[in-house]
Amino acid sequence: MLTLEKRPQPSKAFAYLTPIFAIVMTMIFGGLLFMALGKNPFEAIRTIFWDPLFGEFAFYYRPQLLVKGGPLILIAIGLSLGFKAGIWNIGAEGQYIIGAICGAGAGLAFYPMEAWFIFPIMVIAGALGGWAWAMIPALLKVKFQTNEILVSLMLVYVAEQLLASMSLGLLKNPDGHGFPGSRNLKDYPSAFNDEIITGTGMHWGVLAAFIAVIFAYVLLNRHMLGYSIRLTGEAPRAAKFSSVNPTRIILFCLGTSGALAGLAGMFEVAGPSGQISIDFNSGYGFTAIIVAFLGRLHPVGIFFAGLLMALTYIGGEMAQGNLGLPGAAIQLFQGMLLFFLLAVDLLTNYRIKLSRKEAV
Amino acid sequence: MDLSAINPALLLASLLVAATPILIAGIGELVVERAGVLNLGVEGMMITGAICGFMATIITGSPALGFLFAALGGAALSLLFALLTQVALANQVASGLALTLFGLGLSALLGQGYVGLKPPSTPKLDIPLLSDIPFFGTVLFNHDIIVYLGIALVAAVWAVLKFTRVGLVLRAVGENHDAAHALGYKVVRIRVLAIMFGGACAGLGGAYISLIRVPQWTEGMTAGAGWIALALVVFASWKPWRVLLGAWLFGGITVLQLNLQAAGVSIPVEILSMSPYIITIVVLVIMSADKSRAPASLGRIFHASS
Repeated sequence: MLTLEKRPQPSKAFAYLTPIFAIVMTMIFGGLLFMALGKNPFEAIRTIFWDPLFGEFAFYYRPQLLVKGGPLILIAIGLSLGFKAGIWNIGAEGQYIIGAICGAGAGLAFYPMEAWFIFPIMVIAGALGGWAWAMIPALLKVKFQTNEILVSLMLVYVAEQLLASMSLGLLKNPDGHGFPGSRNLKDYPSAFNDEIITGTGMHWGVLAAFIAVIFAYVLLNRHMLGYSIRLTGEAPRAAKFSSVNPTRIILFCLGTSGALAGLAGMFEVAGPSGQISIDFNSGYGFTAIIVAFLGRLHPVGIFFAGLLMALTYIGGEMAQGNLGLPGAAIQLFQGMLLFFLLAVDLLTNYRIKLSRKEAV
Repeated sequence: MDLSAINPALLLASLLVAATPILIAGIGELVVERAGVLNLGVEGMMITGAICGFMATIITGSPALGFLFAALGGAALSLLFALLTQVALANQVASGLALTLFGLGLSALLGQGYVGLKPPSTPKLDIPLLSDIPFFGTVLFNHDIIVYLGIALVAAVWAVLKFTRVGLVLRAVGENHDAAHALGYKVVRIRVLAIMFGGACAGLGGAYISLIRVPQWTEGMTAGAGWIALALVVFASWKPWRVLLGAWLFGGITVLQLNLQAAGVSIPVEILSMSPYIITIVVLVIMSADKSRAPASLGRIFHASS
């Protein structure tokens, strides 16, 4: 009979190997799923993971990797700080929406003026919007011990309603012939989040994501606050004795993740998406949760996980177009990845041993 | 604006209908949490139940079979969660989130060919004489059987938890799994069964939305009902009857805001639509002062070391 024995220390080797195990298992089971849908599994897997990078039209898809990976990495970096400390912000989608509304709103307030300072103001407004939205669960948790998981999630639905209200009301394009949605920021040079290097997909949001990865790495490995965050998550009692201030950790983790999600939303709406519309958000806030875990809550891991997840988005779209694979299958595929990841994580913390059957 | 168009009897009757899905899902989750497991995948199990029930009803033409398959579908999905948290000892919060993401994807995939179809209607339990009583007949005695099943489920869970040995063991596992293990109770087995019960309940609740409340299939149609069911359990301080109270409160707000929208009140539609979520937050804040009732082992991983 197989039994589990807890390792004294989590295994380093397995910590690196398990994400790869999970990806391989997801490919196998995903392939079976695609087969059940009547598609050739090898062709489907190749379309999702290979063609966007090395296929015939890769020159078009490669920049998309950064466009889609940028916001995922940016949000996931923020989330990982909280997850490390056992603070579960799962409402990043809401903070992303509010950041986009605030950022676009700040930009459109200046329309049609052209000035260099408009874009920086939008960036600040986006970050503040996301931060403020995340401060609601943070303050409620600090003041009333309210569960931050439920509050942050409820606020996603509130944010979605606000988004609908904004795109039909306050931010609606006055020259839009009555169609819902704001002015397109692509036609407003001062507010447009253009590619920094043409043709690479590298816009300011991607740059921000890279900077966030570096900052998070330094914070967690070289800074007292980062140490306190890790301590709070791994040994709450020890954290209490070494007088780590839990209030400060909660406010910092939720606030930072909110601000980063808000930034991601702002960069998205000012760049690739272009306008505030009822459904401009595409679930990045939820996918970023998978990215954070897939990256093992480590900044560098999250960087690669974000790119991988972006790949499944792009490959998924290709598979939808070329193979007629339903979009939901990709969503399921991503969910499966998280499942396998959590399951194989067992190997990091436990040793599987063969033993005699115990007495019943 | 014409508030007189709102009929109080119909309002109260639809309150019971609106409360039913979250009531059933909530009471299931209450049992899971009393066993010491925090399953955040209620939303995923509800939507899976919604599509399983919908498909079964369309194929067989029988809503009763539909509800059966919804419960089975929810329980099957919850088994994945049980496998992750009880066998693979994974973090319960993360596993629950994974279950929700997975369930949303799975249901969207399963439901592709079912958009726009209309399921056969579930007959109302037209109780003779009682349903003819003015006002009370409409409010209380003119519903489908699931509405009553939900209330009966609350009573049953309350009675089992309070008066039976099974309930005592379940609570022991939830309060202190090490002590329960030392007494010889099979902690993992009990928890897996509780998780499956919660999954079946969530599936039923989801099917109630797709088969009776709406009745139609659209992607993501549970729209946060599973999360509200989770909030209900906190609101109820893990007490069965308070789940019923909370579900009615929430159902009342939902129905009232829909009626106000229909009556053309001068409040923007978006504000009315977000009100149930805001009220849930407010109620959570008020109730979270009382932390004493949470099962002591809630969310903790159990590993029998020897």
